Amino acid sequence: MKWLSNEVLQRLRAAAARPDVSGTRYRLLEGLGRGGMGVVWLAEDSQLGRRVALKVLDLTEESSELEARLLREARILAQLEHPGIVPVHDVGILSDGRVFYAMKYVQGRRLDQYLTKIPGLFDRLRIFHRICEAVAFAHARGVLHRDLKPENIMVGAFGEALVMDWGVAKVLREIDAGGTRAEDEDAVSPDAPGVAARTGHGAVLGTPGYMAPEQARGGANQLDERADIYALGAILWFLITGSAPSESLTADIRRDAASRPAGLARGRNGIPRPLAAICAKALARDPAERYRRTEDLMADVARYLDGQPVTAYPENLLVRIRRLYLKHRTAVLLILTYLIVRVVLIFFHRQ
Amino acid sequence: MSDWNGGTDGRFPSTRLSVIVAARSEDTGVRQQALDRIAAVYWKPVYKYIRLHWLKSKEDAQDLTQEFFARVIEKDFLAGYDPERARLRTFLRTCVDALVANEARAARRLKRGGGAAVLPLDFQLAEHELSPLAQSASGNPDELFEREWVRSLFSLAVEELQRACEKRGKLSHFRLFERYDLEDSEERRLSYRDLALEFGLEVTDVTNYLAYVRREFRRIALDLLREMTANEEEFRREARALFGVEAE
Repeated sequence: MKWLSNEVLQRLRAAAARPDVSGTRYRLLEGLGRGGMGVVWLAEDSQLGRRVALKVLDLTEESSELEARLLREARILAQLEHPGIVPVHDVGILSDGRVFYAMKYVQGRRLDQYLTKIPGLFDRLRIFHRICEAVAFAHARGVLHRDLKPENIMVGAFGEALVMDWGVAKVLREIDAGGTRAEDEDAVSPDAPGVAARTGHGAVLGTPGYMAPEQARGGANQLDERADIYALGAILWFLITGSAPSESLTADIRRDAASRPAGLARGRNGIPRPLAAICAKALARDPAERYRRTEDLMADVARYLDGQPVTAYPENLLVRIRRLYLKHRTAVLLILTYLIVRVVLIFFHRQ
Repeated sequence: MSDWNGGTDGRFPSTRLSVIVAARSEDTGVRQQALDRIAAVYWKPVYKYIRLHWLKSKEDAQDLTQEFFARVIEKDFLAGYDPERARLRTFLRTCVDALVANEARAARRLKRGGGAAVLPLDFQLAEHELSPLAQSASGNPDELFEREWVRSLFSLAVEELQRACEKRGKLSHFRLFERYDLEDSEERRLSYRDLALEFGLEVTDVTNYLAYVRREFRRIALDLLREMTANEEEFRREARALFGVEAE
């Protein structure tokens, strides 16, 4: 038996791990990241002369369970044509039997790594709005993401946000004829670090901190869009504060929002109260208390950005006056100055 | 019980049974084959582990290795193994530890003839392989045992690969693989262009031949791994550990 040195062992491990792309149009360049099912590689598409990301299964699955799941993920992505969702270009089986799909290579940074580069709250909320647009589009097509978190969002060089890793997506209803099929179908297995568990129907799928309570309880069959809305609330919180809401913090956010002391523009942690209230509503323990649709959450954030009252935060008179003052500060100050000057002039005129 | 030093001889067909399942079979023949197979994969890791971790002399390590596999084969050894609790590798290593720790008791048994050579193991070869290992031996017993297990598994896979290539008339493919991927020294490793010249091929043929052999190597190694694991979940976990690549 031939003696294999440590260097040879290492070489064989690497050679066997590397997807065999011979006979395809792709040339592997480097590994980009790994998930539960496989590795994402940067590759060059020799026919079109462009770079793509190849998601390749680790193993040839004889049971074909994971293969079916990866293909289903590719099919879901193929149906979700939206600027905020990474497009799939190709799908197939390599010579070594491993299933792969090719998708757009996104040059950007993960949101969790990029946050500090986004200076102002306004810019962060704009990015959040783009994330919501992509998720709302998927919901409209009957697809739940089920693992929304900053690690699964890429921010491009121009501030564009792309929702990645639809590995645990769930198809709620048929997209269209010939498209992704069965209703209420658990799509693909988790493919991201930190995913809690991975099985079929009724499984716990998602990431702690961003996972809705009903999802954490394992009620995969009962999930609807509001599970994603919970995760969006957690992402909003992350964008505002830089950290994921823990269980205790989430309870604090809800309590703080519920107490809603009048006249205070900012809560205990320095977050504008309307925004904290939006987070609290999205993070409500009971799905019935959350926003019903992603569009509703987006609309509230847009209202906040426009200086309008948000539905999650009913205003009393003082708060409304303060908001109106902040929104129209220049005009209010000009009018007040005009009135004061007028009063002074009248006063001196009478003298 | 033939070809103890690594031959597979097609004893197991391509759809491989888990040796752990087979070792519990009612069929004596199937059970014996499975136990033989475990010994074929594990005897070198066990011997080297006893030598390097327990620092036993050659003679003691040989006796202990024979004693260990005598127990594996003769007794209902795997009855105490629960795949849900540990990998087979970890279980076997723990058993080796227990055996060596009770060396005094084992020594008495050896005197009674319990340690007689039951397997035709090539200890001289294993001893020869020890010298480069002794310098790089890790202090971590788990790592040491795992690395030797991988070495043993891959060595068997390479042998099986050679036989498969011969059978399919692709021995030159294997020779290329041997010359390039199995070459110990980086300095002696030829470029694809030089290999093409040496073998009288085009560079693209070298690329294709190597891709073929690596693919076959991967398939055979995974087949062996499947055989050495108890269930699908363990197989996937082990395969990922063996071939999993992290992002660069």
